[in-house]
Amino acid sequence: MAFEIPKQIYSGAIKSVTIGKGGKAITLGGETSYPFYVFEGAMPHVPRIAMEVWDKNPGDEWADPALAPFKDVAGDPVAWAQKCIKNYGAEAIALILVSTDPNGDDASPEAAAATAKKVADAIDVPLIIYGTGSVDKDAEVLPAVAEACADKNLIIGPAQDKNYKKIGAAALAYNHTVIAFSPIDVNLAKQLNILLGQLGVKDSHILVDPTTGGLGYGLEYTYSVMERDRMAALTQEDDKLQLPIICYLGQEVWKVKECRLTNDEAPHLGDQTKRGILMEAITAVDLLLAGADLLVMRHPEAVKLTKSFIQELAG
Amino acid sequence: MALTGIEIFKLLPKTNCKECDFSTCLAFAMALAGGKAELAACPYVSDEVRDKLAEASAPPIRPVKIAMKDATKTVGGETVMFRHEKTFFNPTIIAGLLTTAMDSATVDKKIAQFMKLQFERVGLNLRPEMFAIKDVDGDAGKFAALVKKVVDSSDAALMLCSDKAEVLKAGAAAAGDRKPIIGPATAANADAVGALAKELGLPLLAKAEGYDALAELTTKLTGMGLKDLLIDSGSRTLKQAFQDQIVIRRAALVPKFRPFGFSTVCCPCEMTDDPMKEALYAAVFIAKYGGIVVLSDLDASVVFPLLLERLNIYTDPQKPMIITPGIYELNNPGPDSPIAVTTNFALTYFIVSGEIEGSKVPAWLIIQDTEGLSVMTAWAAGKFSGDMVGAWIKKCGILDKAKNRTIIIPGYAAGISGELEEELPDWKVLIGPREASHIPAFLKSI
Repeated sequence: MAFEIPKQIYSGAIKSVTIGKGGKAITLGGETSYPFYVFEGAMPHVPRIAMEVWDKNPGDEWADPALAPFKDVAGDPVAWAQKCIKNYGAEAIALILVSTDPNGDDASPEAAAATAKKVADAIDVPLIIYGTGSVDKDAEVLPAVAEACADKNLIIGPAQDKNYKKIGAAALAYNHTVIAFSPIDVNLAKQLNILLGQLGVKDSHILVDPTTGGLGYGLEYTYSVMERDRMAALTQEDDKLQLPIICYLGQEVWKVKECRLTNDEAPHLGDQTKRGILMEAITAVDLLLAGADLLVMRHPEAVKLTKSFIQELAG
Repeated sequence: MALTGIEIFKLLPKTNCKECDFSTCLAFAMALAGGKAELAACPYVSDEVRDKLAEASAPPIRPVKIAMKDATKTVGGETVMFRHEKTFFNPTIIAGLLTTAMDSATVDKKIAQFMKLQFERVGLNLRPEMFAIKDVDGDAGKFAALVKKVVDSSDAALMLCSDKAEVLKAGAAAAGDRKPIIGPATAANADAVGALAKELGLPLLAKAEGYDALAELTTKLTGMGLKDLLIDSGSRTLKQAFQDQIVIRRAALVPKFRPFGFSTVCCPCEMTDDPMKEALYAAVFIAKYGGIVVLSDLDASVVFPLLLERLNIYTDPQKPMIITPGIYELNNPGPDSPIAVTTNFALTYFIVSGEIEGSKVPAWLIIQDTEGLSVMTAWAAGKFSGDMVGAWIKKCGILDKAKNRTIIIPGYAAGISGELEEELPDWKVLIGPREASHIPAFLKSI
């Protein structure tokens, strides 16, 4: 009685998106089965990890174990990005324009664009640029970045339903890829992809950001929305959802109380550094199993662990 | 094929006698169809009907009860591949490994560590539940002594692991009332170990490599009359073990392939020597279908993140997570500390309380019952209105605890401020930030 694996029928595939330029460009997507179900489908491009770089010194905003590896470069995004690549083998960089936060430093679009250009010129791996999520400010900052870094095929976002026109148009004009951000909802994700399409942005230039919840703080919502998204894309031929997914988890994981509590404050939670690294890497594992194609991560050890995990599971 | 609830209902007595603990035969039929009840609970169905329903009504994945000292846990009983399709019911049991090769001091330390690993969250106690106790040299006396030590000094559920029936027998005797899982039964020892499990009425772990061998083994064991089985597909590489978990769950659910209709045991402890990698393997099996996950060591920095993951994955997506309405004291507030109010959606509470705690500003956080809705939804649904918030503030007890009469409301509920001022004439209403991340700066500015 030879056992046969019951088949899952897939009728769709994830589309491919290439980010960056030249020899270090990365292609994402292309899956023809659920994530890592390589016994019944193909995963031609394994998920990748971008390392998080802030455009300002995070100081106290980052838990000590997360900042420690970057103490010498924090405040200098170019040096920081280069350290990620040279010391930690980063395959992509995600520059977070924290300084543009209207409730914080409120840096100008011009200043942000100049920083982005400096970083883009200094590295050869793909560069992701995240604004702060402020609808109005991002609509000014991201087009300025797009123009300053024309033709570098950056990945810029988050483009939301209220500002996608300005950000999408800038990406289109200067040949970049857009991050379509929606608040944990499959239908809203689909809707935004359609709107970007109507604007003229091609599927080959869109990544979907479904909103990332950290471990213990809403990860389950992200997890299930991504699973539903992949189910619709792969088994229900919903072609407007057949796009690679990006998750920015570094900030979501490390900002929570349990990552910030020191060994003295919380001896019962174990070593703070190890705990934080595992909280980040375990969040990464869940997001990968749910369908992430590109992760934005913070701690070099968490990145290393996750990278070797991907190779083992997909290889 | 499985019968629907209505088809099952037609075969039941339709007397609504309630002896099955369901209010009607129809409710019982629906529960049977959903794999959430057992036909044995009905004393009145005829033998003929019983036979007919037995196959159709048995849950696709056998639920097995596992005894801790003061609690009973269940593994198995799952009915879906993806949690959004319904929910996952029985959280993966997290187990630590003890072996007869460990010296007594190490064992003591690991038991003490196990008992300390308990974390309160959303009114739940998050903790590992089990020790897997492994015989390494066939010494039944040593094994029994180790089992007895664990039973006496912990409340852990037990899984006793040896390939020798006599060693398992000695261990089971030492476990006494704390009914352990025993095993592994393999092709080589299935007769003896299967007979022992049957004699003692214990759940049995069946282990074989390869799908055909595994199906053959469980078929043989069920043929011996054993029902409470767990299975180990024997794979110790991540890629194969991951595939096995998916294939076993899918086969059990979709074609109802009975030989795989059991919960699985996963052993990250035997897959790597690197504790960090081991943690990630465990994370995979918590998300993807492991019934029991055995770790080589229960270090808090490994176990705590896994417990959070398990909480997330096994949270019922059909129900909002809620916390109890009331007054929450953050950073030891005094009579003049700021007072803020928000909803009882657990995620809202976690994020808001986390930001306040992180700010180190002492504050009172009042939680309003919004039936688990978040701020914007609750406001839109009329469950976070000025009337309701005002009434709760007067009633919740804050008037006795604090002298401060300024209430901070969520920025997204700014619309209720006028109504709230009317409701609370002695109070000043302050509109807080929309984003929780701006709370620390806000608190420091007032």
